[in-house]
Amino acid sequence: MAVEGIGARALRKEDKRFITGKGRYTDDMTMPGMGHAAFVRSPHAHAKVKGIDASAALEMPGVDAVLTGDQLVGDGIGNLICGWMIHSKDGSPMKMGGWRALEPEIVRHVGQAVAVVVADTQAQARDAADAVIVDYEELPAVIDPLAALESGAPQIHPEAEGNLIYDWEIGDEAATNAAFEKAAHVTRMEIHNNRLVPNAMEPRAALAGYDAAEEHYTLYTTSQNPHVARLVLSAFYNVAPENKLRVIAPDVGGGFGSKIYIYPEEMVCLWASKRVGRPVKWVSDRTEAFLTDAHGRDHRSEAELALDADNKILGLRVKTIANLGAYMSLFSSSVPTYLYATLLSGQYDIPAIHANVKTVYTNTTPVDAYRGAGRPEATYLLERIMETAAREVGLSPAEFRRKNFIRTFPHQTPVIMCYDAGDYDATLDAALKAADYDGFAARKAEAASRGKLRGIGLSCYIEACGIAPSAAVGSLGAGVGLWESAEVRVNPVGSIEVLTGSHSHGQGHETTFAQLISERFGLDTSAVSIVHGDTDKVQFGMGTYGSRSGAVGMSAIVKALDKVEAKAKKIAAHLMEASEGDIQIEGGELKVAGTDKKLTFTEVALAAYTAHNLPEGMEPGLKEGAFYDPTNFTFPAGTYVCEVEVDPDTGKTEVVNFVAADDFGNIINPMIVEGQVHGGITQGIGQALLENASYDENGQLLTASYMDYCMPRADDVPSYSLSTHVTACPGNPLGMKGCGEAGAIGSPPAVINAITDAIGDNSLSMPASPEKVWALYHAGVKQAAE
Amino acid sequence: MYETTYHKAGSVAEAASLMANADDGKFLGGGQTLLPTMKQRLAAPSDLVDVTKIADMKGISANGDGVTIGAATTHYEVSTSDLVKQKLPGLASLAGGIGDPAVRHMGTMGGSISNNDPAADYPAALVALGATVVTSKRELVAEDFFTGMFETALEEDEIVVAIKFPGAAASAYAKYPNPASRYAMAGVFVAKASDGSVKVAVTGAGQNGVFRMSAMETALSGNFSPDAVAGIAPDANDLLSDIHGSAAYRANLVTVMAKRAVQKA
Ligand SMILES: Cc1cc2nc3c(=O)[nH]c(=O)nc-3n(C[C@H](O)[C@H](O)[C@H](O)COP(=O)(O)OP(=O)(O)OC[C@H]3O[C@@H](n4cnc5c(N)ncnc54)[C@H](O)[C@@H]3O)c2cc1C
Repeated sequence: MAVEGIGARALRKEDKRFITGKGRYTDDMTMPGMGHAAFVRSPHAHAKVKGIDASAALEMPGVDAVLTGDQLVGDGIGNLICGWMIHSKDGSPMKMGGWRALEPEIVRHVGQAVAVVVADTQAQARDAADAVIVDYEELPAVIDPLAALESGAPQIHPEAEGNLIYDWEIGDEAATNAAFEKAAHVTRMEIHNNRLVPNAMEPRAALAGYDAAEEHYTLYTTSQNPHVARLVLSAFYNVAPENKLRVIAPDVGGGFGSKIYIYPEEMVCLWASKRVGRPVKWVSDRTEAFLTDAHGRDHRSEAELALDADNKILGLRVKTIANLGAYMSLFSSSVPTYLYATLLSGQYDIPAIHANVKTVYTNTTPVDAYRGAGRPEATYLLERIMETAAREVGLSPAEFRRKNFIRTFPHQTPVIMCYDAGDYDATLDAALKAADYDGFAARKAEAASRGKLRGIGLSCYIEACGIAPSAAVGSLGAGVGLWESAEVRVNPVGSIEVLTGSHSHGQGHETTFAQLISERFGLDTSAVSIVHGDTDKVQFGMGTYGSRSGAVGMSAIVKALDKVEAKAKKIAAHLMEASEGDIQIEGGELKVAGTDKKLTFTEVALAAYTAHNLPEGMEPGLKEGAFYDPTNFTFPAGTYVCEVEVDPDTGKTEVVNFVAADDFGNIINPMIVEGQVHGGITQGIGQALLENASYDENGQLLTASYMDYCMPRADDVPSYSLSTHVTACPGNPLGMKGCGEAGAIGSPPAVINAITDAIGDNSLSMPASPEKVWALYHAGVKQAAE
Repeated sequence: MYETTYHKAGSVAEAASLMANADDGKFLGGGQTLLPTMKQRLAAPSDLVDVTKIADMKGISANGDGVTIGAATTHYEVSTSDLVKQKLPGLASLAGGIGDPAVRHMGTMGGSISNNDPAADYPAALVALGATVVTSKRELVAEDFFTGMFETALEEDEIVVAIKFPGAAASAYAKYPNPASRYAMAGVFVAKASDGSVKVAVTGAGQNGVFRMSAMETALSGNFSPDAVAGIAPDANDLLSDIHGSAAYRANLVTVMAKRAVQKA
C-alpha cells in the first residue's frame, strides 16, 4: 500500500480476500443451533390456495415446523410495500394490491411462496417442502401487459381495476401536440424494452436469529442497503422495533438493484427464527433467483419525434406501458416514472415533451429497478428514434445529434430535470475519433468482400445519478430521503475508520473511499478501514444504488473530513503555538507554514485522545460525523459507438468494436471506473443481443436457468475502447457524477442501431436474436427484389 | 438433491452386479448431465454406479484404419488425442467444442450417447462415421443405438463399454450453438468413407434426435463441395421449434452448417 490519492489507479484492497476465496458472504455465516428453511412455492401463475396439508412433511426427519401465511398474518406481520407514491393524471393514488410474504389465499406468479419448512439440514427442509401438499384451484392468468389492460382480462388484485396501477403523465401535452402540428417530418416507432433477470453472482440469502432473553433479532442478509431494510422490516412489517433488530449485509456478491428490496424470504426467516426458536438460514438456489428476484425493464412504448424543416427537434411524444409483474416491489413505481420519463430529453434541446405511462399488473415475477432503472429504457427509446429519424431525413446520425445538442448550462428540460454541466460535443468528438467513424465505409466494403454485413450505431446517453435531493424526491412521492451519512473516526495512533452508509457489493468502496483520506491527510491507504453494512456499527445510511455512493456517499465523507481536519488543525496550532490559519497538512504531517515546525498526524491524533493539552474548552477525541443531502441529481453523459458484423446466413451478430467516451465528472480511481464501464457495457450488450426473460402463456418462465437464459460471456464481447472527458459536477464537493450504470444505460441502443444499419431494417427489437436478424434481413432482401 | 448411495465399480461385471442389486440405480459417467438433473430434484436414483474408474472403459486405441474409444473417455481426451486428430479430425474438433473446459474434463462419450440429448454433438459423429457401440451385452451400429429423443436401445442394466469408429477419408463437423447452453441448435457431421461414399448426420434440429440427410449424401457423392448442398434443406415439419429458433430457422441452419462442414472437410 501507499499514499494513493484522488486519480490513482490503486489496486483494490478488497480483492485479496475475494480472489483467495476468503470473502465472508451471508452463506458463510453460522449461528449455534441454526436450522434451514425451504420454501413451498406455487407452480401456478394464478391460483386459489384452498388448503395446505403439512402433516406428512411434519413427520419427516429433522423437521421443526411448517409455517404458512395464516400464521404470518395471525402474528401481525405486515404486507410488503412499495415505498414511492405515484398519482395518476386524474389525481388518484396508485392502486397497490396486498403482498404477503407467505400467501394464504391467492398466488399470483409462479414461484410465489405459500409456506416455509424449517429443518435441521437444507436437504431435509427441501425434502419436506416437496411433501407439503397444497390444494390449488387454478385461475386464468394474464402474462402480457397489453392483454392485462384489455377488458375481460383476468383481474389480479381487487384494488387495481383492470390491472391498471396508475395512468401517469409528465410534460405539456398541448404544447407537444402543437409541436407535432407544425412538424416538417415525424418519425414514429414502436419500441420495446425486454425483460431481464438480474443474475447477481451471489444469490440472495438470509440468516436470522432471535435472542429471546433480549427480545432482539439479528439478520445477516444480501442487502444493498441494510438500514433501509431494517427500517422497512421494523416500521412496516412489524418484525421488531429498530433498536431490537440488527441487520448485517456482509460481503455481497453483486446486486444490480435486485438486492435493494425487502423480499418475502428474508422477512420470513426473521419471523420464523422467533416462532421456531432457532436461527434460520435460507440461501436461494439459481432457479429461485430466476423466479423471485425482481426482474428489470419490460416496457412497451410508442414514440414519435417531430422535426422542423431544418431537422431541429420540435417535440417528443411517448406512450409507455410498463409491466410491474404480480406485486409492487419496493421502488417499482418510481422506475417507469421519475427515473424514466424525466430523462427523455436526452442530450437534446427539445422544446416540448409529453409522456404517458401506464403500469400494469400481470401474473409474472415483480419488476423493479435493475442497473440503470428507467434510464436505460429512456435512453434506448430516445437513441433508437434519434438514429432512425436521422436515417429517414438523410442526415448523418452524428450530425443530426450535434445539431440538437444542449450547449448552455444550467439547462431546464421540459421534464423536471435541470442539467448542471456537460459538454456533449466533446464526448461525441472523442467517440467518433476513437471509432474512426469517417473510415466506416471502407470497413463495410471490406466486410462485404468476406460476405459479412457491417453496421455502425451511435448512442448519446445522459442519465441522472446521485439520487437525490431529499426534498425534491419527497415532493415526487418518495417515502424516504435520499441523503447519505458518514463518520470518520481517527484512532489514537492515527489510523482511521470511516463508517459509511453506502454499501459495497462489488464497487470497491474499501479502496476508493480510502483514497479520499489518503489524499486529504497524506496517509497510506492501509491506515484506513472502511466500515459498512452493519446497523449496529454504522449510523443510519441510505445504501448503494443509482450510482450514488460517489456523488452522495463520498460527499458525506468529505463533509466529515472537513470537520476532522478543522479540529486537527486547531489542536496542531495549539500545540505548536501557531495560528490555525498557518497550519498546512502535507505528507501525513501538520506543518506551520514558513517554518520547520511540524507534527505528524499520529502525534496530533494522540494529543486529541490523551487530552493533556488541548485548546481551552475543546472536547477530547477526533471523530466527526456528517450527513450530506445533495442539491441536485448529477448528469453523467457520453457517446457510445458500436460496430457489428452480421452473418447473413445465420443472422448471428458479432460486436467487432465498441467505443465509449464518458463524462463522469471527476474520477477517484480510473481503474475501478473502467471496471464499472466494462461490466455495464457487457450487461448492455447482453440485453441487446442475448438476454430475455420469456414466459409461456400460462406464466411459466421458459428461461429459468442458464440453459435458456443467455448471459453475456467473455467471447460475446470485444475489448472495449474507453475514454473519459471531465466536466466537473458543480453540485457536490468532489465534482463527481457517477459511473456505475452508464455502461448498461448507453450501450443497448448503440448495438441495435449498428445492427439495423447492417441489415437495413429499423424495426428490429431486443434481444436481437440470430433468428430475428436473419428473418428481417432476408425479408428485406426479398422485398427489394420484388 | 435427494439422498443417494454412491458405488465405484472396478470392472464392467462389478458395475452390472451393483446395478442388479440396486433398487432404482443409475450408471454415473462424468455426471455432467445426471448430477445437474439430480440437483434440480428431477431425478432421484437410489444408487449411483460410477463406471469412470473401470480401466477397460478408458482410453483410445488404433483399430485398423479407425479408432476405438472407451466409453469412460472424456471429451477433453478425445479432443486432444493425436490418434483421433490424425484419423478423424472431425471427431476431435467436435469433442473440443462440447460445453466448456470443465464439462470436457468430466463428461464422457459413453455418458453423452447413453443420454442421447437431441442437442448433443456426438450422436451426429457416430451416425455419420458409421460407428459401432460396444455394450456389456452386444454390439450395435449407431443408427440402431439411437432410437429417439433421449431414447437409446440400451436396457436398464446395459453398459456402454466402447465405441468403435471405422476410418474415414475426410470428416468434419459444423455446429451452430444455442447461445445460452451452447449445445447444438444444428450440428452437421459430414464423413467421406474410403470408398468415396458420403454420410451426413444432423443433430440439434430433429424432433427425434439425430437423423441422416440422404439428399445431401447423394449430392455430395457426386460433387463433394459446399455448393452441392447449398440448395438442400430438411423438411421443417420434422424439426424442433423453441424459444431459441423456429423449425424454419433450424432448417436453414442445417443447410448452412452442412456447407461449412463440407468446406472444412
Ligand atoms: C454446461 C454444460 C454444457 C454442455 N454442453 C454440451 C454440448 O455443447 N454438447 C454436448 O453434446 N453435450 C454438452 N453437455 C453434456 C455433456 O457432454 C455431458 O458430459 C454428457 O451429456 C453426459 O456425459 P457424462 O459422462 O457426464 O454422463 P452422466 O451425466 O454421468 O450420465 C448421463 C446418462 O448416461 C448414463 N450413463 C453414463 N455413462 C454410461 C455408460 N457407460 N453406459 C450406460 N449408461 C451410461 C447415466 O446413467 C445417465 O443416464 C454439456 C453439459 C454441461 C453441464
